[in-house]
Amino acid sequence: MATQAAKKPARKTRGFIKIREEECKGCGCCIEDCPQKVLEFSPNLNRMGYHPCVYKGDGCIACGICFYACPEPGAITVYQLEEGD
Amino acid sequence: MAKVLLKGNDAVVRGAILAGCRVYFGYPITPASEIAETAAKYMPLVGGTFLQAESEIAAINMVYGASGAGARVMTASSGPGISLKMEGISYMAGAQLPCVVVSVMRGGPGLGNIAPEQADYHQVVWGGGHGNYKNIVLAPNSVQEMSDLTMLAFELADRYRNPVFILTDGATGQMMEPVEFPDAVVRPPEKDWAVGVGPGPRENLISSIFLDGDELEAHNKILQAKYDKMEAEEVRFEEFQLDDAELVTVGFGIVARVLRSAVLQLRSEGLKVGLLRPITLWPFPNEKLEELAERDSVRRFVTVEMSHGQMVKDVKLAVLGRKPVELYRRMGGNIPTVNEVIEEIKRLA
Amino acid sequence: MKVKFQKTKGFYDVYERKPGVNKDIIHYCPGCGHGNAHKFIAETIADLGIQDRTVFVSPVGCSVFAYYYFDMGNVQAAHGRAPAVATGIKRTHPDSVVIVYQGDGDLAAIGTAEIVHAANRGENMTVIFINNAIYGMTGGQMAPTTLVGQRTTTTPYGRKPENEGFPVRVAELIDAIQAPIYIERVSLHDSKHVTKARRAVRKAITYQLEGKGFSLVEILSACPTGWGLLPVEARKWIHEAMEPNFPLGLKRDEGPNIEARELQPCNHVFEGVHGLIDLPAPEERGAATMQATMEHVEEAWRNPAIKVAGFGGQGVLLLGLGLANTGMQVGHHVSWLPSYGPEMRGGTANCGVHISTDLIGSPVVADTDILVAFNRPSLEKFEAAVRPGGVVFCDTSLVDVKPTRDDIVVVGVPATKLADELGNTKAANMVMFGAIIGRTKLFTVDEVCASLDGFIKKKKLIPVNEQAVKRGAEYVLEMS
Repeated sequence: MATQAAKKPARKTRGFIKIREEECKGCGCCIEDCPQKVLEFSPNLNRMGYHPCVYKGDGCIACGICFYACPEPGAITVYQLEEGD
Repeated sequence: MAKVLLKGNDAVVRGAILAGCRVYFGYPITPASEIAETAAKYMPLVGGTFLQAESEIAAINMVYGASGAGARVMTASSGPGISLKMEGISYMAGAQLPCVVVSVMRGGPGLGNIAPEQADYHQVVWGGGHGNYKNIVLAPNSVQEMSDLTMLAFELADRYRNPVFILTDGATGQMMEPVEFPDAVVRPPEKDWAVGVGPGPRENLISSIFLDGDELEAHNKILQAKYDKMEAEEVRFEEFQLDDAELVTVGFGIVARVLRSAVLQLRSEGLKVGLLRPITLWPFPNEKLEELAERDSVRRFVTVEMSHGQMVKDVKLAVLGRKPVELYRRMGGNIPTVNEVIEEIKRLA
Repeated sequence: MKVKFQKTKGFYDVYERKPGVNKDIIHYCPGCGHGNAHKFIAETIADLGIQDRTVFVSPVGCSVFAYYYFDMGNVQAAHGRAPAVATGIKRTHPDSVVIVYQGDGDLAAIGTAEIVHAANRGENMTVIFINNAIYGMTGGQMAPTTLVGQRTTTTPYGRKPENEGFPVRVAELIDAIQAPIYIERVSLHDSKHVTKARRAVRKAITYQLEGKGFSLVEILSACPTGWGLLPVEARKWIHEAMEPNFPLGLKRDEGPNIEARELQPCNHVFEGVHGLIDLPAPEERGAATMQATMEHVEEAWRNPAIKVAGFGGQGVLLLGLGLANTGMQVGHHVSWLPSYGPEMRGGTANCGVHISTDLIGSPVVADTDILVAFNRPSLEKFEAAVRPGGVVFCDTSLVDVKPTRDDIVVVGVPATKLADELGNTKAANMVMFGAIIGRTKLFTVDEVCASLDGFIKKKKLIPVNEQAVKRGAEYVLEMS
């Protein structure tokens, strides 16, 4: 599956997203709702046969929108960067 | 004063309260309404809950919730309402929830009438709801037993985590007789399986769903083992003049009262007639019937019922062709008179 | 780096109750709104620190297995009955927090009565209503909320109002009821609305914890599988198709106007119960009355089967009750069986009483030893059943014919007239009581008077009733 076109994050990176790829069902809601557009589908398939969502690695502002957009209880964990990170 | 003159329906509620029941959900229907009315009067006085539900279906589901939350809880109705409650009763049997349901039978089918009948025997004793389940069914024949058996019903319900029915009729519900109540007031037992408030209840689940076939079968086997235990330990019946009886009458509830009078009268005329009164309609006194059927002295059985002949099938299953089993029946809400029963027995004897 | 958003403790870490191997994932389809709604609830319960007192009621529908996930007390309810089940839980533990979770088939079709009446009672509970316009679990059939024209497996040509009616607007329906304190419809169609939905769920649960009353949050939620759409398309369909039919927003919020109160458990009483339910307390209870004899009664009238009959309102049932009550007090076996039901409500009334030194068999009075007739139809109806040698008491103030039989004893008593002379025609039944015992010697006047408080509810009426009993007894004495 093609990844979304790379787009420069609008705001400074303040967070980090960890996605349990085995829990993700690839619905894409988080990708659509992410204001920074820093999430995308993985080209890999998980055990359920879905392309899970993955973090592009940069640009997360730890807003948590993806966390609540995601219907899965534990697929997404959002971290906030602290000084020194 | 040792005794109080009470209606059967009233005695049910006072017995229930002494047995620790503090929660009642119901819906009015003749001839059971006094049970709800009495509960409405007394439950608030003992810190309990009475709630008139929007339907019989809602009432039994409220019972399901309260029972799941650990309460000693009851409801009561008559045939048309019991039909509606059957959904919830199956769920309660499946989820292994204790409760007491009183069915004050009236004439059917359909709207029928409000006079006493016994035509809901099959509905209550043989099932009514869906799935493999049984209820203990207690059949009082006096106002005293309306109270005594209600108290027993709560004990049995909790002992087995199972619904227990009081199956009675309009006449027994409406009539008044002296009743003696025990001094003790039962406090309901703690139920470690119930939901509610606390870390223990948090871990509990009340449910009857087992999606996996093997799991549901295993659950059914647990239920069946429980029912086997009930059959082994909870059969209750009353014998009257059976020792040398040649003709054994079988009847439950108010009919057994008619039969008792008939037996006394026939005995005074020299006929060797006796009475077997099942007190538990399920489990049914099969072994006692088998034993009677094996006796050389017993020539035949006559069941008398206020229905088209429902319990007689259980009697036949127990007697299993060893001796003839006859039926004398009245329908439509008519209680047979002693004289008509005597005539029928004389014809058969 | 610190964790800002993570799986809430309101969910189990591992879903042990879920069968199969994948005990770390929920069973819903990709993009299903149930997951979001579950998340809002679990998070709120955990954040409020009330997991030990929360009971989650799962419905029938796709969320039938919600109990796999929520780390709190769980109850699975029959289809549509969750509000009734929750009522049972709540009335047993008013200090618990009960979450009622229902889909549109469950709440708005089969369970319509239960939700309406739980709302109307203002049960202090929180209802989370998932509206996805379809039956998900059973495979995409029409729901009460299915849109006009929407194709489902049971509306293959689209829902037609003339056949299936219009979609049910639940939030508005509940808003027509007085008791609910908070009703809001929210949507999961984008992140802004997801945030609003989360806030609504939180508010509804907090209100319950504060003892404020009944809340319902309707959540417009995607069923991508049932709708045959990709998850992201499904969210658009919520916005474009559902929201015009189900207007979003707050319908009612009385929460801020209601004072918060701490939830209290039931206080069931187990001390002094006998007195509270009008039974003699164990310590006040005398010895059992000794069995009395009837040797002083004429043989034909011993252990009598008595029928009392007349118009409703003549005190027919009460006279029977008095006979039974006095019999009990004296130490006999007794039974009282009324005609009941509509007959009681006007028209004729009758009751059968047995008073016996032996156990009573059939409580029915067929062959009658003593017939008491307060009107002509009663005499005509029951005279034939009187045993030869039996006795018939007639209120001659009202019965203008005489019994036709010549093998029975007939005692005419102008009971209503005598009662009228005493200043209360309603005491005719007690005049008759006096006449019965005066003639048959079943009881003494003193025995009856001593038992009056056992069946005359209004204590101020006891003196006139006493007079009436005495008058009746005197009358039959005068006659003889």
